[in-house]
Amino acid sequence: MESVQFFGAARLVIVAGKGGVGKTTVTAVLAHAAAGAGLRVLAVELEGKPVLNDLLAQTSAEVLTITAPEALADYLDTHGLRRVSKRLATNGIIDVVATAAPGIDDIVVLGKLKQLERSDDYDLIVVDGPAAGHAITFLLAARGLLDTVRGGPIHTQAQDVLEMFQDPTRCQVLLVTLPETTPINELIETAYSVEERVGVQLGPVIVNGVDLGEPITVVDSDNNSLSANPDLLAAADYRNHRRHCQRDELKRLSTDLALAQIVLPQLAVAGLTPADISVLAKSLLQQIAQLPS
Amino acid sequence: MSTTQLSALDIVLRDAEIIVSCGSGGVGKTTAAAAIAMHAAALGKRVVVVTIDPARRLADALGLADGLSNEPTRVHLDLEPNATAFGELWAMMLDPATTFDGLVRQYAETPERAERILANAFYHNIAGALSGTQEYMAAEKLYQLHSDHRFDLVVVDTPPTRNALDFLDAPATLTRFINHRLFRLLMLPARKGLKVLNVAAQPVLRTIGKVVGGDVLADAIAFFQAFEGMETGFRDRADSVSELLHSSITHYVLVASARHDTVEEARYFAARLADSKLSVTAVIVNRLQPRFGDATAEQALAAAATAETAGDHNLAGLWRNLAELRALADAEEGVIAPLIADTGNTAIHRVPLLADDVHDLGGLREIAGHLFKV
Repeated sequence: MESVQFFGAARLVIVAGKGGVGKTTVTAVLAHAAAGAGLRVLAVELEGKPVLNDLLAQTSAEVLTITAPEALADYLDTHGLRRVSKRLATNGIIDVVATAAPGIDDIVVLGKLKQLERSDDYDLIVVDGPAAGHAITFLLAARGLLDTVRGGPIHTQAQDVLEMFQDPTRCQVLLVTLPETTPINELIETAYSVEERVGVQLGPVIVNGVDLGEPITVVDSDNNSLSANPDLLAAADYRNHRRHCQRDELKRLSTDLALAQIVLPQLAVAGLTPADISVLAKSLLQQIAQLPS
Repeated sequence: MSTTQLSALDIVLRDAEIIVSCGSGGVGKTTAAAAIAMHAAALGKRVVVVTIDPARRLADALGLADGLSNEPTRVHLDLEPNATAFGELWAMMLDPATTFDGLVRQYAETPERAERILANAFYHNIAGALSGTQEYMAAEKLYQLHSDHRFDLVVVDTPPTRNALDFLDAPATLTRFINHRLFRLLMLPARKGLKVLNVAAQPVLRTIGKVVGGDVLADAIAFFQAFEGMETGFRDRADSVSELLHSSITHYVLVASARHDTVEEARYFAARLADSKLSVTAVIVNRLQPRFGDATAEQALAAAATAETAGDHNLAGLWRNLAELRALADAEEGVIAPLIADTGNTAIHRVPLLADDVHDLGGLREIAGHLFKV
């Protein structure tokens, strides 16, 4: 598959997965690779410490942070409710409002994303999705609000977002996981509930931190240095076992979930730098080239 | 064993009546809490561990396969035959909504008032979705179990929040919510005998009604009317819970993995605890790459080159592997170094990356073995 075809599948891509699986890394890698392929890219952060700016500093990708209170204020402003937005924001009433109709904070963020998706300013918008169990709630916000809020601007907003979710040419969700039993179980569960309950198109699954490589040959020939060095054998056994387990998990994932897989290699670094993102982006592009078009 | 040989976690087990396991999602908080609880039971304590969202296989191992129970169930431990002490291990999975319902029933003036609240849609949103509710209910449950004479020690796993501070702040969050200006406004009708419609005509509420719709607003007003009179009870309880979280019998164990974000989260929480004059007694760093021998990555690479020159490709491959694993382990040490600098080396407990996922009592025992060098 051509990289332009891969990145052009849907304009809005939401990267989702449990905490600690490397969603931010994947967001940066996608943005880096797509920007390198000549696309106009926007990377969006929703929460946490902003890091994408640093990771993408050497690319043409733009970075934007969207928070719920700001998105709500922005939304009200553009709907002729500027006075209202001031009041809501200054009083911290957003908390109370969000409690009255849960998902309202999510829907304004999603509404903002929809607005960006419609704007034609970008070819690709990659969103570093919310963490932990919040991803599903976030994606389900539109559906839930259609029932609780039966009229008014929020209702319209929810309808628009749902429409976008259900159009695979506009929006896709990329799920990220690690090559281990529990994260993969969780990914499979998430995948089914996202498809069934949200109706959004799932892109390839991205497996992060995979220890690639062939099995290490452990042959105790008539070599004395080997028996004198039990650490070498223990280390090789350990590595082979880990790789074997990871391969089994990847195989299980492809059996249980009919989605293409992209694996990103584990890097021996303390904290990712822009250079590491570039290495991972190269690996991503190579695998995209091998996907069927 | 003399006192000087006690590890940080040994001290926690000696002094704590409550242990709170905290850290980012995905670092093994639940597993750590369960392993600590299991070890305490093996030492003869009657322990209850409260989990929030255990991976299914761990839930099975703890006898929580049926999901939420909100009441502790006894875990059957096959204690070592030569064990001298026989404690008890109990486990439960927190059900925030049921816990909240219990509080409403406790503080409502009449059972009818309680039922009115429990049936209200706005209440369901608070119990199910108000940010901080899950944390608050975890703290509330911890308070209840601490006063339960069946248990000597309560170990609680904190919810996977966006921010580790949510747990400490949770009781105050609800109080703040109750004290909110808008809340007081919504209480007006009960005080002045106004009808819901008249209240909804207040400017601020009209504004909100425009955004969220009239039905939602009516539910909210009805909830606050029914809640009238209960705030004091709720507030006092929240204060007691908060006091317990800040008392010296509550110990915090930070859990992190060798990733920047989880380490930063742990450091942030440690600093925050220090601000409240609380200290972190122990830090668990999970899933570290094991080390094999003492050779540095450079030495191993040099040995690989030598073997390659000698024509022994297998041996060279083995040395290269050792060098790669060592480089990974070194990188991880680099990541956790700032945390060690903050909390001191003695607080740190390292758990190596295990070959398989922890999914049974044997796996928990293995983790406990790393945490408490038995």
